[in-house]
Amino acid sequence: MIELAISVSDLSKKYGDRVAVSHATFNVPQGTVCGFVGPNGSGKTTTMRMLLGLISPTGGTGKILGEPISHPERYLHRVGAMIEGPAFYPALSGAENLRLLATLGGYSTDQVQGLLDRVGLGDRGGSKYKTYSLGMKQRLGIAAALLPSPQLLVLDEPTNGLDPAGIQEIRELIRSLADEGTTVFISSHLLSEIEMISDSLVMLRKGEVIFAGMTQDLLLQQQPILLAKSENPLDLPKLIEIAAAAGHAGSIIDETAHILGPREWAPVLNKLAFEAGIVLAQLAPVLPSLEETFFEMTGDQE
Amino acid sequence: MIRVFFSEWRKLRRPTLFIGTMVAVSAVTALVTSLLFLLIDSSRGNAREGTVISRASLELAHGVSIGFSSSAGLLGLVALCIFASQTAQEYTYGTLRNLLVRQPKRLTLLAGKFLSMATFALATVVVSLIVSVSLAFALSGKAKVATAAWTTSEARNGLLHTFINVLISVLVYGTIGMILGLLLRSPITAISIGVAWLLIVESIISATVKHSGKWMPGQLAQSVASGGDFNASYSHSISVLLGYLLVGVLVVSVLFRRRDVSN
Repeated sequence: MIELAISVSDLSKKYGDRVAVSHATFNVPQGTVCGFVGPNGSGKTTTMRMLLGLISPTGGTGKILGEPISHPERYLHRVGAMIEGPAFYPALSGAENLRLLATLGGYSTDQVQGLLDRVGLGDRGGSKYKTYSLGMKQRLGIAAALLPSPQLLVLDEPTNGLDPAGIQEIRELIRSLADEGTTVFISSHLLSEIEMISDSLVMLRKGEVIFAGMTQDLLLQQQPILLAKSENPLDLPKLIEIAAAAGHAGSIIDETAHILGPREWAPVLNKLAFEAGIVLAQLAPVLPSLEETFFEMTGDQE
Repeated sequence: MIRVFFSEWRKLRRPTLFIGTMVAVSAVTALVTSLLFLLIDSSRGNAREGTVISRASLELAHGVSIGFSSSAGLLGLVALCIFASQTAQEYTYGTLRNLLVRQPKRLTLLAGKFLSMATFALATVVVSLIVSVSLAFALSGKAKVATAAWTTSEARNGLLHTFINVLISVLVYGTIGMILGLLLRSPITAISIGVAWLLIVESIISATVKHSGKWMPGQLAQSVASGGDFNASYSHSISVLLGYLLVGVLVVSVLFRRRDVSN
């Protein structure tokens, strides 16, 4: 039986008449990286806060590392978290902020320099937090989340404000943590990042879970696309008409025809185009990316 | 709770806050004590609200602690500001969520925070005592105040009692600050309302409504610091303040325990 790091059932949160999260049900197996995606206001942060005991659910149940979310004191010492961006005391140094949280949590303060080194802040730990750039603040937030050597890491938009090199470093850090057995539950707007690092996915829309499962399963459920380019771009509308007549919808994006259809239909399309006097310069079957799938499922063009 | 206590002290001990507060407390105490001795012959009074404390009173055994007890109100305001800002800033900085992830038992967090700030307040009272007594001895010659009674065991006992009363008074102010910080979740608002109430609103009400001073928390805290005064007896002041604080602490504890942390 797979051990679950997170398991929620019918989890709901209402503020008056407004439903922030509605009957969310999903599982996150231990030792995996699970992406948590959804448009702004879909309930991601509210769900994460409920998992951390910061917000009381109005309905449903949940378990973190086998303990009920109604008793966060039973599991939070094994959980690291960064919710809604980093938050620290501006007048204290980065290192002192970490020592403060280590003291509070009962963890060794000796590990602080090691954690600062791990997130690339080794030489700036003595500087006051208020002098940090957004990227440095984000790194400090991740270092704070790593203080308990967590079994579960909950990260809300951890790559906000990071440059491409920083994003890659965080991606590698998350992957290495997962390899060491840490479960990572991560939300991000960078869906390409989520696609690259996550084993499983929970997708929210308007407070409801619209997908929970393996990332690959989601992508495989999607209709494959044939990308076609012709020698003469003016032929593309005609190519779309030919595909439509054969029952395959399509559209033109950036001088490329995107036609819904399986890999096996590519030779047929090629033949139909040739018979119509269209010479294809490129014809490639592709699976939609997570981003395209996300837009299709959420109907959101964030 | 001990972990909360030590983690809070990492904030309280930073030099700008700790040294800055101790300097402010020393300055306030020095001012009040100096005026007591330097204006001893002034017809406009040498103490709070134009009260005259005579040379004969200052020469008594408890005379050595009058400057110290007279500083209690201002020490209390400092405590109110510290307690309110240290509590409310957790909301404005968003750091409360970090604290609650590392210490999910909310009432333990609250108690640990109070304990750490209470020891900070204790340090301010100790500094104030040292400054006031030292200055009293230093200025006694210039003010022609005999100090023979100040070194007796009666004077030492009086000083100890005054120290305890001033500490209680300062903790009352601090607790009011903490309650306001938790209720209003903004340091500036909490401090503004607290100081405005204690310095302005209470004075206006006391001046316009007869005997109202017996029910005003600021006036009662001042009365406790003095061991009881014309306004209210010591036991009355302690009982009423205890009632106010119990209700206040109960309300904010329930709120803090149940309230969602959404910022």
